[in-house]
Amino acid sequence: MSAVDTIPTALTTPRHRGHAGAAAIALLHIVSRDLLVTRREIVTFLLQTLVQPLFLLFVFGKVLTSIGTATAGFSVVLLPGVVAFTVFLTPLQAVTIDLGRDLAFTREIDDRLLAPVPHALVALEKVVLAALRGLVGAACVFPIAYVVLGSGYHVRSDLVGVLIGLMALTALLGASIGLVLGTVLPITKMQLLFSLLIMPLMFTGATYYPWSSLGGLRWFQVVTLFNPLTYAAEGLRHAMVPAVGGHALETLQMGWVLLVLCACLAGFLGAGLELFRRRVVT
Amino acid sequence: MTAPHAIEVEHLVKRYARAPRNAVDEVSFTVERGETFGLLGPNGAGKTTVINVLTTRATPSAGRAVVAGVDVAADPMGARQRIGVVPQSPNLDRSLRVAEILTYHAAYHGVPRRERNERARLLLDELGLASRAKDRLDWFSGGLQQRVMLGRALMHEPDVLFLDEPTNNLDPQSRLFLWERIRGLRERGVTVVLTTHDMEEADRLCDRIAIMDHGRVLALDTPEGLKRLIPGGTMLEMRVRGADDAERRDLVRSALQRLPGVQQVERPAAQPAPDGEPPVAVYRLYAGDDVGTLLASATRAVIAERAELVDLRLARPSLEDVFIHLTGSNLRS
Repeated sequence: MSAVDTIPTALTTPRHRGHAGAAAIALLHIVSRDLLVTRREIVTFLLQTLVQPLFLLFVFGKVLTSIGTATAGFSVVLLPGVVAFTVFLTPLQAVTIDLGRDLAFTREIDDRLLAPVPHALVALEKVVLAALRGLVGAACVFPIAYVVLGSGYHVRSDLVGVLIGLMALTALLGASIGLVLGTVLPITKMQLLFSLLIMPLMFTGATYYPWSSLGGLRWFQVVTLFNPLTYAAEGLRHAMVPAVGGHALETLQMGWVLLVLCACLAGFLGAGLELFRRRVVT
Repeated sequence: MTAPHAIEVEHLVKRYARAPRNAVDEVSFTVERGETFGLLGPNGAGKTTVINVLTTRATPSAGRAVVAGVDVAADPMGARQRIGVVPQSPNLDRSLRVAEILTYHAAYHGVPRRERNERARLLLDELGLASRAKDRLDWFSGGLQQRVMLGRALMHEPDVLFLDEPTNNLDPQSRLFLWERIRGLRERGVTVVLTTHDMEEADRLCDRIAIMDHGRVLALDTPEGLKRLIPGGTMLEMRVRGADDAERRDLVRSALQRLPGVQQVERPAAQPAPDGEPPVAVYRLYAGDDVGTLLASATRAVIAERAELVDLRLARPSLEDVFIHLTGSNLRS
């Protein structure tokens, strides 16, 4: 083939940069690849992420309060819970399934692992990008709630900074747990993830009820403390539920919320990075 | 590249946790720049593990591996800048289009935009994929995916290209196409390391071959050099008419046996001749390298016994024979 002769045999640019420079360039383009793929899948992604919160808000926040099964104030404490699990579970599932599939059979991640960039950064990039997608998804819950709940929509606006910070922390935590699960769970056990992990997490995470209201069910109140989602939901309740008659809603103390969320993030991210390293380099 | 060799492997050992024995056991070899080097052996011989160490996907348990002057264990990132890898099974980024797979790969390796777009165009053209640049991979056959992976591995102009079982499970046409491309790389001066359990592939493509089994290198030489490991080195099959009874056949046989250089004569059972045709006797001579003399003297010996030579077939030992000779077992068993 004549084309053989026309392939330049050497690149015109210097090839071997210093490691930091090469890694920065590689990382930049890995991010750019993820953004391109996200943009192409944006409709699928939003449908996947938002159908569940839409129905939860409609049935629990609108229908149950309208027919009198739940009190009118229920939708106000429900919304932070729905935001919390959306921002927590979206990146968790995304990283788990993505990584499980990648490491088991598609090996799509190989090309990035063979790029001149430390493997830990490849994993970290996956976590951060998944967290960002989770944040976008969770942000979309607010306009949906505004429309679905109508007059039942009440969110305090004076703690927006705390709200965004907590959401980011929760998204990163979800993605880090996903990193751990994606590297240890065999792909054949992924179905079990949903029945054995996601469902219990959702229902013991103080998403549908404020933690303080469990006082009469003490043992369950203690159980929920072992679920990081409880702290995210309670933190978001603190940042979102407006005070009624000068009384703020009673939630878990913000100090505990931040401490537990940060400790969990450090633990799961550290473990996830180490497990990832062991999976990709034998 | 300033390193004297493209690859230097010294006493490389790889033992996986909880494995009963070393996957790679004291392997040493060097690959020269521009050489096409083959690792030949059955599945489980340790070929892929050697490749994994050289491509930074596995860490050596002991020994040293240097690629393009970079110690892969001490500086994996530096090594990754200098190598291209085509793995055993497809690992293409299925979220991207064909051309994007190539350009993103080059981008990860710091090739500037204009240059990577141009190279992707040229490589896709060369690999017969120009019309599929914007396609998704969904329905690509194994052969097409293999071509995309080869193009991708060449995008950043690696010093050393690793091909792990490049034509495994491909149809004959795709196989020939890839062989042609791999030979083209050699002409362009690209150093290629490939693994295979296909004798013909190793024989056709490689300048030198290391035969591996149970994690060790059993022999390392050019294909011709390896074949010389077989005693004798030449097999001559003769079909002879006119040696009708057992006595005549034994006379021909002993005449052939007496020829200089002949080490052994076998008489495999001949196929029954078709109706009306005179029967044919078959003789197999195992002899040394002097093919010209052997042909002439064997023909003379048959004629001298007043028999008629109807067919002659000269066979050189294959790498398969070499492998059997070295290990006592068939490559695929």
